[in-house]
Amino acid sequence: MEFADILTILVDGVVYASWLFIVALGLTLIFGVLQILNLAHGSLYAVGAYAAASFTMLVPYFGLPPAFSLLAMLIAALAVALVLAPILERGLLRLFYGRDEVLILLVTYAVFLVLEDVTKLVWGVQPYYVFEPRNLFGNVEIGQLFYVGYDLMLIVLAAICGLAVWLGLNKTTTGKVVLAVIHNPDVSACMGVRVNWIYLLAFFVGVFLAALAGAYTAPLISVQPGISVNVIILSFAVVIIGGLGSIPGAAIGALVVGIARAAAVYEFPEAEIFIIYLVMAIVLVFRPEGLFQRTQARKI
Amino acid sequence: MHASTKRTCLAGLIAVILLVLAGFVFQHWQTWILFTATKAIGYGLVALGIITLMRGGLVSFGQGLVYCTGAYASGLMATRLGVTDAPVLLVVGMLASALLALIVSPLIARYRGIFFAMLTVALSMVLYGVLVKMNAIGGSDGFTLPEPTFLGWQPSVDYADLALYLLAAVVAVVASTATRLYYDSMAGLVALAVRENELRVEYLGSSVFKVTVRHFTIAGALGGLGGTLNGMALGHIDPLFSFWTTSGEFVFIAVLAGYISVSAVFLSAMILELVRSFSNLYFPETWQLILGGFLIVVIVFLPGGIGSFWERVKEGRAARAQAEQEEGAGS
Repeated sequence: MEFADILTILVDGVVYASWLFIVALGLTLIFGVLQILNLAHGSLYAVGAYAAASFTMLVPYFGLPPAFSLLAMLIAALAVALVLAPILERGLLRLFYGRDEVLILLVTYAVFLVLEDVTKLVWGVQPYYVFEPRNLFGNVEIGQLFYVGYDLMLIVLAAICGLAVWLGLNKTTTGKVVLAVIHNPDVSACMGVRVNWIYLLAFFVGVFLAALAGAYTAPLISVQPGISVNVIILSFAVVIIGGLGSIPGAAIGALVVGIARAAAVYEFPEAEIFIIYLVMAIVLVFRPEGLFQRTQARKI
Repeated sequence: MHASTKRTCLAGLIAVILLVLAGFVFQHWQTWILFTATKAIGYGLVALGIITLMRGGLVSFGQGLVYCTGAYASGLMATRLGVTDAPVLLVVGMLASALLALIVSPLIARYRGIFFAMLTVALSMVLYGVLVKMNAIGGSDGFTLPEPTFLGWQPSVDYADLALYLLAAVVAVVASTATRLYYDSMAGLVALAVRENELRVEYLGSSVFKVTVRHFTIAGALGGLGGTLNGMALGHIDPLFSFWTTSGEFVFIAVLAGYISVSAVFLSAMILELVRSFSNLYFPETWQLILGGFLIVVIVFLPGGIGSFWERVKEGRAARAQAEQEEGAGS
């Protein structure tokens, strides 16, 4: 393998890893705080992508310069989170706290089914193409190859999201309260923390991150039914590899999955789909709780 | 023979007779029900495997793995080797899936809860990924199966659905009677203890690992039966048999049924199939929406599943009887 090939695989892998990391970050945050593995997370990604497709169409309609579509995508993600997070968390998931975790998994599966059809009802089945924003950053030369600047911008966005969540959790008062709730919701409640609000906040940020990843990857893909199904399985692999509830774990997991996939696409295209699960299975064999998870004591 | 064993076998016998009679009734009245029921039995068998796991405190979200393995093993047997005898194919599918489950179970028996569920999903998606790329056996399109025969007898087109339904009914009753007998045996009851507290079971000298391996293998065999049966009913198999959304439906059926009753599994599979058929017919655009809504309603109002319904009725009757007795003693 030439050096140029390795470079290509690395750049492609990291670009892929960047948006995957944003999705997985939301998934891992929701799991860390609410102890819910959200099967509908991929649908939230899809809704974000659709919303971005609709919102960016408004930019030329109002006669604004194309750069505003970046802002439009951000607003789209925010709008999705503002609408869906309260409905799902307060309206539905709240009813199942403290119940069997597999039961909650099934509830989120039901939400996935519902959202699949709701997106079809709202946006129809024809694909949307949001190619405008992808031209905003021009092309960048790395080695001998040119890369679309927008793709590299995604890496920056992922870094910002990761840093923001990490700083928010560890350096702000609210973040410390969230950590306290993760550690023990009952004691936190006794100390005067409104645990319900913390749950809603964490779920809101999680939904926002999924929708954000959907919104900013919309220019890379054709937005159509079925994108949610693959995203959820990929982001699951990421958080399982990294360890559920761990931010650095999500980053490493995303890089592993992204680069493994890119390498597979270049070297063995037949293996593209299953190499990711193979990596996940191998990691789990050696690190049963994922790379970054501390093993928990068994209860007697 | 133990009294409860006798009762279980008798219940099985009555169930076979009723199902066979129902088959002949529907043959002349509403033939489409036979096809739906056969499919529901296929789903129900897989869900019966999940329930077996649930009794040991585990839920597999990747039973598509064994479902698909059974369907492909028997399907390849039929298309490549020309074996079209349905009972033989069922045995082949069952053994292939049980073998696969036995091989992977030592690996996954170390996991619990979400990790167990996700690792099973991962395995089923590996199979999906492999099958999609294997163009020699149809790739993502899958392949069509020949019409099954029954011990050398080839039913005419009018009776094909009935024949398959009758076979399915017998398989369903035999499988559920056998699992019921297993649940009530000493080995099967240990599973309930594992569900409550693994460490104590280990201290008492039973192996949780062995229980898990045994259950996963049983679930594999049942999954293989279900996959083969549905392959024959649909006449076509494709890699989607192993996709995670298919596995999600199995978990749905199992949770809807609850882990207490074995017959509730087939009832809830039938309910799912009917809801699916009707919403497919009347709301073709939004059947997933309806299915999801139905699922949420069931989980909210019947958290223990349909099987717990009987238990609740029984408990209610016992409580009322006790209240009456106390009243009588008081006066």
